[in-house]
Amino acid sequence: MGVMLQARGLDKSFGGIRAVNDCSFDIEEGTITSLIGPNGAGKTTTFNLINNVIKPDSGSVKFEGTNITNKMPHKLTRLGIGRTFQVTRALDDMTVLENMVVGSSTDNLRAIIGSRMLDSEIERALSLLEFVGIEQYAYSRAELLSYGQRKLLEFSAVLMSNPRLVMLDEPAGGVNPALLERMVDRVRQLNGQGLTFFIVEHNMDLVMDLSDSVIVMAHGEVLIHGTPEEVQNDGRVLDAYLGMA
Amino acid sequence: MPPILEITNVDAGYGAGPDILRGLSLEVEEAKSYCIIGPNGAGKSTLLKVIAGLLPPRSGDVVFRGESLARRRPDQVLATGVCFVPQDQALFPEMTVRENLIMGAYLVKDRALVRQRMERVFEMFPILEERTNQDAGKLSGGQQQMLAMGRALMIDPILLMLDEPTLGLAPQVVEQIFAQVRELESLGITVVIVEQNAQRGLELADWGVVLDLGIVRFEGPAEGILEDPRIRELYLGKAAGTGEAK
Repeated sequence: MGVMLQARGLDKSFGGIRAVNDCSFDIEEGTITSLIGPNGAGKTTTFNLINNVIKPDSGSVKFEGTNITNKMPHKLTRLGIGRTFQVTRALDDMTVLENMVVGSSTDNLRAIIGSRMLDSEIERALSLLEFVGIEQYAYSRAELLSYGQRKLLEFSAVLMSNPRLVMLDEPAGGVNPALLERMVDRVRQLNGQGLTFFIVEHNMDLVMDLSDSVIVMAHGEVLIHGTPEEVQNDGRVLDAYLGMA
Repeated sequence: MPPILEITNVDAGYGAGPDILRGLSLEVEEAKSYCIIGPNGAGKSTLLKVIAGLLPPRSGDVVFRGESLARRRPDQVLATGVCFVPQDQALFPEMTVRENLIMGAYLVKDRALVRQRMERVFEMFPILEERTNQDAGKLSGGQQQMLAMGRALMIDPILLMLDEPTLGLAPQVVEQIFAQVRELESLGITVVIVEQNAQRGLELADWGVVLDLGIVRFEGPAEGILEDPRIRELYLGKAAGTGEAK
C-alpha cells in the first residue's frame, strides 16, 4: 500500500476570493478517505481541481505517480479515477441501462461508429445495477427514479469504467436511510476488494464510521488530516464549524 | 405573553423529495431575537421558507398572531407583517436602489408613508441614500445586503427573517451588517436569523435554536448554546470507534 493520489500546493481563486489555498494531502491506496469542512471551505473546488473540471492556478496532482494536473476528465477515467457529482447528472430521456453505458467511455471504435451497446457492456451494466439493487429499472427512463435511486445509478455508472479510485461528492445528501445503508454497504464491499474511496460528505456519523482517514478543510486550507478520532478530538475542527477559527 | 409565532409539527420538503422538516415545532416570542444554527442539511433555510409561505408545509401549522399562515401565498404572509430576506437577496438588479425600496412597499398605498419609511431606511443605511439612483446589480455585496434589509423594512415588518445575511461578505462588511441587525432588534422587530457562523450569529441573538435533521434538537439562551456538549456530536458526528455510529 502506498500513496495513490498526491495533491501538492493547490491554489484556486475566483474573482479575488481564495477558494483553495496551498492545499496538499495524500490519499493512501486501499483506504476510505473523507474530506469535510464547513460550507465554503473549498471541498468541492478541491474535488474539481483533482478532476481538472477546473484548472488550478498553481499546484500539482499525481495519481499513481503520473502527473495528472492538466489531464482532461475523460483521460482520468481511463487512468482509473471515477467521480460522481453532488447534483446527480442522470440523463432523463435515456433508460437507466443507457445511462450506465454512456458512462463507460468505451474505446471500442465499432461501438462508437455503430452507436450501439455491446453485449459485454450490457452484461456488466446489468450486474452493477443488480449490485446496487436497482436492476428492475434497467429499461425504465432515468427520470422515473427517485433521488436516492439516481444517486445509486450514478454510483454504479462510475463503476462501469473499472476505477481504482472512486470520488463521491455528497453521496448521502437527500438519500433516505434505507438506500443510504445500501450505498454504505456497497462502498464497504468494494473497499474490501481493494477500491480506494475519496468522499466529500456532510453526514458526520457516516463519515466518522466509514472513514480510515479524514481531511478537514477550512477557509480553503487543510486544517488537519487524521483518523476520525483525532479529528473529533481536535478542538480546531469544532471551532472551524462554529465560526470561531 | 403568548408567542407571536407558533410552529407546530411541521413536515416540509421539496417536490417529490424526502421531508426536510420532520415534525418541527418552535415558539417565537415578540421582540426577542433568535439565531437558528445547525449542521448542513438541518433544515434552517427550509424552515424560513415555510414561515414565509414560499414552501407550503406537507402537514402541521404555522400560526402568526393567531392566524394560520400555512396555506397562504407569500404576498399574503408579507401582508401580516412577516418578512423574509433570502440568502440570494432577490433584488431587482436592473432597477435602482430607490425603485427596489419602493417595490418593498408595494403593499403600501399611502405614498407619504412610503416616503417616510424610505427616510428611515436611509437613516439606517446612509450608503443607500448616496446610491439612490444606482442599479442594485452594481452595488457591492455588502451594499446589496443592506438594500435587501432596507427593502424589508419598507413593509414595516413585525417579524423579520434573515437567511445568512453575511454569506460571502468581507469581514469588515460582516461587522457592519451585524451592527445593523442589532439596530433592527432595538427597533422592537422580532428577528430570526440563520447564520453559518454560529458563534457570531448567537452573539446577536437573545435565544439560540439548534436544528438537526429537521427538528429542534434543543434551544436556550443564546450565550450558553455552544457550551452544550450536544453541539460537538451534532457538528462532528457520534464518537468514532464506539460502534454507536451508523
